[in-house]
Amino acid sequence: MTAALRFDPIRLPPECEQLRKEVRAFLAEEIAAGTFDPHKPQREDSDNPAFSKRVGERGWLGMTWPKKYGGHERSFLERYVVTEEMRVANAPVRRFFVADRQSGPVLLKYAPEHIKMDILPRICRGEVCFSIGMSEPNSGSDLFAAKTKATKTDGGWLINGSKIWTTSAHMADYMIAIFRTSPSTKENRRHGLTQFLVNMKKPGITVNPIAQITGQYEFNEVVFTDHFVPDDHMLGEIDSAWKQATSELAYERSGPERFLETYYVLTELVRAVGPKPDTRSAEGIGRLVAQLHTMRRMSVSVAGMLQAGKEPVVEASIVKDIGTIWEQQLPHRVRELAAFVDDSASNHATLDEMLGFAIKTAPKLTIQGGTTEVLRGIIARGLGLR
Amino acid sequence: MTDTDNIVAETAERIFADLADAQTINHDKNGNWKAPLWQALTDAGLPLSWVPEECDGSGTSMAEGFSVLSAAGRAGVAVPLAETMLAGWLLAQAHIKSPEGRMTVAPASPRDRLKLNANGTITGRARGVPFAKDAEYIAVVASGIGSTSIALVEASACRIEAGLGLAGDPSDTVHLDSVKPVAIQSAPSGFDQNTLLLMGALVRSQQIAGALETMLGIGVNYSGERVAFEKKISKFQAVQHNLAKLAGETSAALAAASSAADAFSSGAPLDDALFLEAAAAKIRCSEAAEKGAAIAHQVLGAIGFTQEHILHRYTLRALAWRDDFGSESYWAVELGKLVAARGADELWPLVASR
Repeated sequence: MTAALRFDPIRLPPECEQLRKEVRAFLAEEIAAGTFDPHKPQREDSDNPAFSKRVGERGWLGMTWPKKYGGHERSFLERYVVTEEMRVANAPVRRFFVADRQSGPVLLKYAPEHIKMDILPRICRGEVCFSIGMSEPNSGSDLFAAKTKATKTDGGWLINGSKIWTTSAHMADYMIAIFRTSPSTKENRRHGLTQFLVNMKKPGITVNPIAQITGQYEFNEVVFTDHFVPDDHMLGEIDSAWKQATSELAYERSGPERFLETYYVLTELVRAVGPKPDTRSAEGIGRLVAQLHTMRRMSVSVAGMLQAGKEPVVEASIVKDIGTIWEQQLPHRVRELAAFVDDSASNHATLDEMLGFAIKTAPKLTIQGGTTEVLRGIIARGLGLR
Repeated sequence: MTDTDNIVAETAERIFADLADAQTINHDKNGNWKAPLWQALTDAGLPLSWVPEECDGSGTSMAEGFSVLSAAGRAGVAVPLAETMLAGWLLAQAHIKSPEGRMTVAPASPRDRLKLNANGTITGRARGVPFAKDAEYIAVVASGIGSTSIALVEASACRIEAGLGLAGDPSDTVHLDSVKPVAIQSAPSGFDQNTLLLMGALVRSQQIAGALETMLGIGVNYSGERVAFEKKISKFQAVQHNLAKLAGETSAALAAASSAADAFSSGAPLDDALFLEAAAAKIRCSEAAEKGAAIAHQVLGAIGFTQEHILHRYTLRALAWRDDFGSESYWAVELGKLVAARGADELWPLVASR
């Protein structure tokens, strides 16, 4: 028999429900004040520094981190509630999302104390934006083929080469990146890469935006030319980046953002069919809602198991695998169900516009942050096949 | 999954391991294994898990009962354990004592209705009733004018047309022609035929999720043994990705089924959120059964398509269980109607209610 897959039926504790009310009330105020339009999925204007600061003021950034770094020592389940409510409302989270989910926890674990004291409180205040420098022109899923070089110099490292598909690099204050500090070895092809904190505002960095098929410019090419990184910006052990990215990935892979990216088309479909749908629409909506509910229960389960100190690495990869495929297919299923919706439905134009955007967004969902193929490889390893 | 949550499920696991070994029963054409298995299950009090002690049952918790059903799904057993548990649960809703012996429930399909006549007898037809032919008693929900009753009838008082489901288990049509029940009581307020069907759907969801766990185990083990093109087929990326997808479908089924079981076990009222849990479990587990069974068969190739191999015990049963107590299409329509009636802006609050 294979190793057991576990999805404990985790329920959100009562404090989460109070928090959810607060987040909904806050978002309603922001919508009323015209900060963002919940009917518009994330667009270019989704970078909103003032909104980020207000989220920070509410105490919803760095929620799980120690108080001495500006955090709030709350649970991962509370953070979960904030994340899902923001996603569903199409709130402009881009400026703080990566820092809060991913970069902050890496710094907490590997950065020296003075850097933690400097940067983490600013993340918690919603003041800084992070990007992640992984892919290069000739290394995408094959992360350990990265070539961008860090060469030792007095007091630090000189970086030369380029990263690509780097989300938010054009607006980021910092990047956490992996650079080559040694060649790989025969015994371990993953050896030789080191994780660094890069200050994007220092010289020697050129950011070239890349247009996406949606018309947006979310990702970039980032070129390093003798960019200097001080010694204390090295994160973790030299040449050992490959050891450092396992358990954190469970958080990155299993959150609500892994199945809610195109959720808005489902809401709009329900609006378009009205209170008395025909059998075909009712069945289609029922199946989609059942799938959504199941995804969320899986995702909450992983969050709860992480909170309890377990390491559901395979389960987290499964959530991302089937979650991203679901959110990718969702606009297409909604399009089929909308085919016979009455043209006079009041939101017909909105639904059409949303579908157009979601269908264009869909292809990236199973690529970003680890492709379907990579995830299935991880799941297969967890099953004992590799 | 071999680790279990409690002693009751461990007992069930042990009995299945001892007396319902898949290889053994797959070769036993006469069904000689059934009687000793049923006796052992009865001695352990498992068929009446959900019957309180004052109704002559074992008084096991709902949660423990659900884990017995998961174990039964993993074992792919063809005895009316789930059906007797469900019947005992139904009778207990009206404080009717459970008799000894095999039971099942009716109606088992949303298309059928049983009518309570003015003279206290019951009339109607119920199709697709699992194990009716093997049962001594049938627990039924019958509707009178403005009232719902729960009753216990003797199977011998009904005319039973034998049928077989996909996996060769009895799936019968039960005709009641003014049958006088052994016991009858009013259903508790708010309880109707749909409540029984929802609970039945939840029971089948547990079993399907359990069967998928076994399919995954069989697929993974086989891929590590079978050699083709001079290597184990588990080393081929195409096979790995298929099994990863099977793990995903198994996970979805497990998560949906265990979440719904947990929600029902908490004793929460049958509101929209609880309806979502149960309907979603049946819908998603049924979808997983289709995708999962196809992958398991693909991995095993021709050998998995033989009577000789045990794989069909799980794949066909999981596919058959989709049809009982409302198919996924039925529940999807019901859920879709509910979502539409609540309105677009009430969808997320429903999904995020737990």
